[in-house]
Amino acid sequence: MIIDVNAYLSRWPFRRTPCDELPRLMDKYREFGVQQAWVGTFDGLFHRDLAAANARLADACRQSRDVELLPFGSVNPRLPDWQEDLRRCAEEHRMPGIRLHPNYHGYSLEQPVFGELLDGAVQAGLIVQLVVRMDDVRVQHPLMQIADVDTKPLAALLAARPQLRLVLLNALATLRGGDLRQLVAGQHVWCEIAMKEGLGGIAELLKDVPPTQVLFGSHLPLYALESAILKLREAQLSAELRAQLERGNAELLLRSRQ
Amino acid sequence: MTAHMNTGRSDRPRRSARAVSRRTLLVHSAQVAGGLALATWTRGTPGSASPSTDGDIEIWDAHIHLSGVLGTVEQRVDHLLRFADAMGIARLVVYMGTSFVYDPSPEELRKQNDEVLRAVAHAPDRVLGMVYLNPKQQAASLAELDRCVRDGPMVGIKLWVALPCSAPELDPIVRQAVELQVPILQHAYDRVGENLPGESRTADVAALAARHPDASLVCLHTGNDWERGIRTIRAAKNVWSEVSGSDPTAGMVEMAVRELGAERVVYGSDAGGRSFGSQLAKVYSAGLSRDAQRLVLGGNLRRLLRPVMEKKGMKP
Repeated sequence: MIIDVNAYLSRWPFRRTPCDELPRLMDKYREFGVQQAWVGTFDGLFHRDLAAANARLADACRQSRDVELLPFGSVNPRLPDWQEDLRRCAEEHRMPGIRLHPNYHGYSLEQPVFGELLDGAVQAGLIVQLVVRMDDVRVQHPLMQIADVDTKPLAALLAARPQLRLVLLNALATLRGGDLRQLVAGQHVWCEIAMKEGLGGIAELLKDVPPTQVLFGSHLPLYALESAILKLREAQLSAELRAQLERGNAELLLRSRQ
Repeated sequence: MTAHMNTGRSDRPRRSARAVSRRTLLVHSAQVAGGLALATWTRGTPGSASPSTDGDIEIWDAHIHLSGVLGTVEQRVDHLLRFADAMGIARLVVYMGTSFVYDPSPEELRKQNDEVLRAVAHAPDRVLGMVYLNPKQQAASLAELDRCVRDGPMVGIKLWVALPCSAPELDPIVRQAVELQVPILQHAYDRVGENLPGESRTADVAALAARHPDASLVCLHTGNDWERGIRTIRAAKNVWSEVSGSDPTAGMVEMAVRELGAERVVYGSDAGGRSFGSQLAKVYSAGLSRDAQRLVLGGNLRRLLRPVMEKKGMKP
């Protein structure tokens, strides 16, 4: 069994992908033994009516059967009354968490409103997924170049919020070394493997990040699910460690908010 | 100099294909290639695959560097092969030395190619070498081509970012490559911003191909912006699309095979900077027929290298 903490529903704005329809996505998950996925919505990147986007996401997840889809709604703190989106995610849709795209929504992590949003998530008992990038900045659409999220302010924000549970998505293309070690030192930050590269990259990652804080993530349907699966094989981990990354850590994280 | 020459630069035991049996590699490769079997193969522990008799796909990786891993050249090769074994990859095509130099001097070219010669000598049954050339250093490059390919064990040419490849300085090198019947592997990136100063775009590769219709050109990375790159090289029938070194974006290999035909698509990883797994995933996720997988994962590269390998007495 695998828990994929990094997947999306709806359509990537710049390309159709082979698994961007729910039945194809579910077929892919079944093929590879993924039994649960934490899904956001591509609609959350550009849509302003996030209440509708989140409602569609929650509805699609409710309809999933043998693969459990857990919705992570979008909140944009630059939109008026974003607090209501946050409330609906927690109270109406009973989501386990929210997924944030600061670079697509046009704010930096230093802005006070981001701290307010984190406080709101903590208060609501929501896991926060922060997406550092969606795709390779070198080859983005010429009219839509989106820089990576600058994660440097995170250390101070985390220190002030020990109750926060933060999952970094698509962070490992750029976040590494001392900066990465500093962030995960607090033990309530997790990262996932979708953008981890390099020969035996996952095994290398475990030199910087405690194995309890690494999660399986694919970035499906923009990325091929097979990438995360094959990278795990390449890492040649023990069966126990592999199970921890594939599902154990995610299960513990989910349980921690209940 | 023969194909299996030993440069004498290492007294370490040469790593033979026997270190990992051909059968093991074929079993892994065949299981990966088998559609649904991939799910089983990827979740098994290395070496646990059950024997198969229909293993007929031998994976050749067209894009390997000695940088991105640590140690001596020989240690780096061993390290690469340890992971290649886990992923069922039979052959690694290696080029450039232990450091990246954009615009290498004649001395630097020789140093880097010497390192690749050591890599080949260390594992002659698993590692193939390509000579790194700089068209801005034309005389030195032609001499290196003779030393490493005509008279040495290398089987092709790697060009990187010293000069856009549409430049006329490329012509003598390409003419010599045609003479030697070796492919040219040209890095090409279509960045949304400016490219590096001497970095080729896929349009440069297409232009070079048009000038030299007898040459075989492999467009490394297919521009990274592969939707643009595939279109750019589509009409250039003597250009192959190589799929390494970009994110494992779903749909890349599907589009390449749809637009170019499976005969013009070549798997490569760009390891050690990239993972074997992330790059193989582009091929395995593409829903290709077994025949198409066979071509992309090694068949096309073997066909490109067959003339030079046979001339050198090597088994393609």
